[in-house]
Amino acid sequence: MKVVGKNVIKIDAFKLARGEPVFTDDFTRQGMLYAKVLRSPHPHARILNVDAAAALKLDGVVDVIWHRDVKAIPHTRAGQSYPEPSPYDTLILSPKARFIGDRVAVVVAESVAQAIAALDHIVVDYEELPALTDMDQSLTNSEILIHEEPDPRGISEAGMTNIAARIDKQVGDVEAALKECDLVVTRDYHLPRVQASHIEPHISIAWVDEDDRLIVRTSTQVPFHLRRMLARILEIPEARIRVIKPRVGGGFGDKQELVVEDLVGVLALRTGRPVRLEFTREEEFVAARYRHPQRVTMTTGVMKDGTIVANRMYVLADTGAYGSHALTVQGNTGQKVLPMYPVANIHFKMDCVYTNNPISGAFRGYGAPQGCFALECHMDEVARELGMDRLELRKKNHIKLGDTDPLSAKLGEGKEGLVRVVKSTGLEKAIELGCEAIGWGNKREPSAAHLKRGLGMALAMQGSGIAGVDWGGATVKLNDDGSVNLSVGATDIGQGSDTVLAQMCAEELGIPYEKVIILSSDTDLTPFDVGAYASSTTYISGGAVVKAAAEVRGQLAGVLGSHWECEPEDIVFSDGMVTGPGDQSMTIAEVALFALYKAMIQPMATASHMSNDSPPPFAAQFAEVEVDTETGQVHLCRFVSAVDCGTVIHPKMVEGQIEGAVAQGMGYALFEEVLLDRTGRVLTPDFLDYKIASSLDVPEMVTILVPTDEPTGPYGAKAAGEVPIDGPAPAIVNAICDAVGVRMFRIPATAERVWRGLKEETR
Amino acid sequence: MNISLNLNGTATDWEVAPGQTLLQALRASGAFSVKLGCETGDCGSCTVLLDGQPVNSCVVPAARVNGSRVTTLEGLLGDDLMIRLQTELVEQGAVQCGYCIPGMLISLYALLKQGPPIDEETIRHALTGNLCRCTGYVKPVEAARAVAAVLEETS
Ligand code: FES
Ligand code: FES
Repeated sequence: MKVVGKNVIKIDAFKLARGEPVFTDDFTRQGMLYAKVLRSPHPHARILNVDAAAALKLDGVVDVIWHRDVKAIPHTRAGQSYPEPSPYDTLILSPKARFIGDRVAVVVAESVAQAIAALDHIVVDYEELPALTDMDQSLTNSEILIHEEPDPRGISEAGMTNIAARIDKQVGDVEAALKECDLVVTRDYHLPRVQASHIEPHISIAWVDEDDRLIVRTSTQVPFHLRRMLARILEIPEARIRVIKPRVGGGFGDKQELVVEDLVGVLALRTGRPVRLEFTREEEFVAARYRHPQRVTMTTGVMKDGTIVANRMYVLADTGAYGSHALTVQGNTGQKVLPMYPVANIHFKMDCVYTNNPISGAFRGYGAPQGCFALECHMDEVARELGMDRLELRKKNHIKLGDTDPLSAKLGEGKEGLVRVVKSTGLEKAIELGCEAIGWGNKREPSAAHLKRGLGMALAMQGSGIAGVDWGGATVKLNDDGSVNLSVGATDIGQGSDTVLAQMCAEELGIPYEKVIILSSDTDLTPFDVGAYASSTTYISGGAVVKAAAEVRGQLAGVLGSHWECEPEDIVFSDGMVTGPGDQSMTIAEVALFALYKAMIQPMATASHMSNDSPPPFAAQFAEVEVDTETGQVHLCRFVSAVDCGTVIHPKMVEGQIEGAVAQGMGYALFEEVLLDRTGRVLTPDFLDYKIASSLDVPEMVTILVPTDEPTGPYGAKAAGEVPIDGPAPAIVNAICDAVGVRMFRIPATAERVWRGLKEETR
Repeated sequence: MNISLNLNGTATDWEVAPGQTLLQALRASGAFSVKLGCETGDCGSCTVLLDGQPVNSCVVPAARVNGSRVTTLEGLLGDDLMIRLQTELVEQGAVQCGYCIPGMLISLYALLKQGPPIDEETIRHALTGNLCRCTGYVKPVEAARAVAAVLEETS
């Protein structure tokens, strides 16, 4: 292959490195207004009245809206395919506040400063209600109902309990199987609330243009879903809405959600002026989305020889005040994780409850990091109890080529799924290469007497898009000079999808990569795509690009076939040249000129691609830590990731995805946690209190790509974006246990927690 | 209040509002490479050079730069060292979403301006105030090392 597999220059890299104005906010419009949200100081309260008279008298204040001013149309803010498998439990502005930070009113003013000043002059009459901020209490308490209103759709037990979503699925018979096992191990694992922390905050600008259409320029992962959702809740036709996604400064799932776009939309329509709303970092921590905090109970039944017979996973999760992604994230916790050990008896059960805490949602990995933490720590626990080597236990039981994912038929995206068989896997190889790189089995000496070294590992798998649901479109158009316009709905949020898709297009047409001009994610100009989530873009949208490019090639071959009097199939496209079976040959530019001016056709095609498969990428990840036995401080010395993502389209970008995921995953393991007080107030609303990995924190990283050829993927590719974030936390925590014998059932494994564990150990 | 400064080599007068930060003033004057990530001085995406020293412009009052020299990435686009850094970052695959990159470039530029010896440790220290959520810092550090190595050879 000429372009696929090469480290071409990322298509947007130079303009980004020059700091060109390419993000949502690098743009102003005449007469732009600035919006600010007044947020609830109470975890649970009815909003009886909002008196904005004083605020409206202030300089520069143009408008203040609250729930009386917008029609109550229940919806979900989750950016998912229609019909969304998330409950319709949300209003643009609600008569009830459900967490500290919930929307109460919105001000628009001529400047940000004026909007902020106005917030203090809005008088709100609240009727405080008792609140629930503990997920165990939410599970059992039905006196206090967080969503008691009769109209929401899709809440598991609407009006009766606080359960937003439930799953209870079983293959085989776990109860019976456990009775036959030589050993049964049960443990609880506790996962914290963490935040995506993309450096660009949520930001959106909307205006009504000269054709009376609402234009929304926004930092999103789901432009097409947004258009659909906005049309419904703003009650204007989709034809009147255009969503434009410029460059996006990171999303990681947190922008797979309607977080600010509805407000700028409402306000632009009301005022007739452009309106901008940007979150502060504090708002990111209070009012964006979190990875769901969970408690996972794992039970494994195993025979003396290490054969796993049964696995049971019970998940209790906190969705916070609203249930966006509640069902599907928690579904993934089992569905994406348990198949790693495809045993005959698997029971997966989950309850996801509402609380009066800030809202959980999508975050890279989408439930799998929680499940993977529980399962992979549990494998070490099982091995220890069994007296078996932890690597051998995994090797004996992990999923192999040709195996069927036992849960796939029972669990899809909120419905029955499609049977998934592993058609490509590099897991064995990844384990082998990873072990070699970390030096498995020969621990290095610690650098001082009070330090102890340990090694840990974890296996992970994910999916490539959502089988039978995710799809995308692509259009390829050839120009006079042999350049090609590629337009895709696929959403580049920094992960590099524009580049990967352009590579595939160039490869398929046999032209240089530089000849591809890509346009992505503008609902007026590009075909549809579900957006950037579920590790779908390379695999799904890539499939559409390959089809469209192949069709254009077919058109050209048809034209040239009659011109050259040969079979179209005998014409070869390569290196920017088109050659026939004789000595006929033309450059692609000559072919383009011929097609456009002689044959008079526009070589162009649009194709769509969907897959009933979601082939799993695999990862084997290894950590080496040094634990200070006096302070409990954990130093992550080295981290090895060996990842099978099928054919690698762009090695450096895949490495970059993995390295970034390791940095995020190490934070999950060691220091990231959004702390709340008992009323659900965020105590860590900035990067000082909520630490993410800096250049000094990250370990030496070794990243190994283990290519395989996935028969259902474009050029054999699978996904890469999410799988590497699953393994770091369990690998690190397993390494801590290996070093000092302390099992951290709760992360992050802060120095204090490890120190406490060490104390208990010696007692 | 009226202030005068040297912005990217050009004498400039600004009318600054009370409480306005340097970040806000710079973006208002069209220096869009200066990014807002936190406005609390914790992320480094707003890094600029103030009299040659890297600072987080979000925590510098605009009024304070009266009489100073302020340099943003826009002012260094023709600078050989900056071009080398940009090229290396791009070629090493260090640019993912790119939101943190202008800030990183300014920090690295300030470091490399000091001249050799520059090792991985000093690079990591220079970048510690520039949070990047995408890259895990591996490729940005590799890129900076490559530029440092060239400087070492040619010095
Ligand atoms: S925006 Fe200035 S340090 Fe974050
Ligand atoms: S490249 Fe995205 S934050 Fe650094």
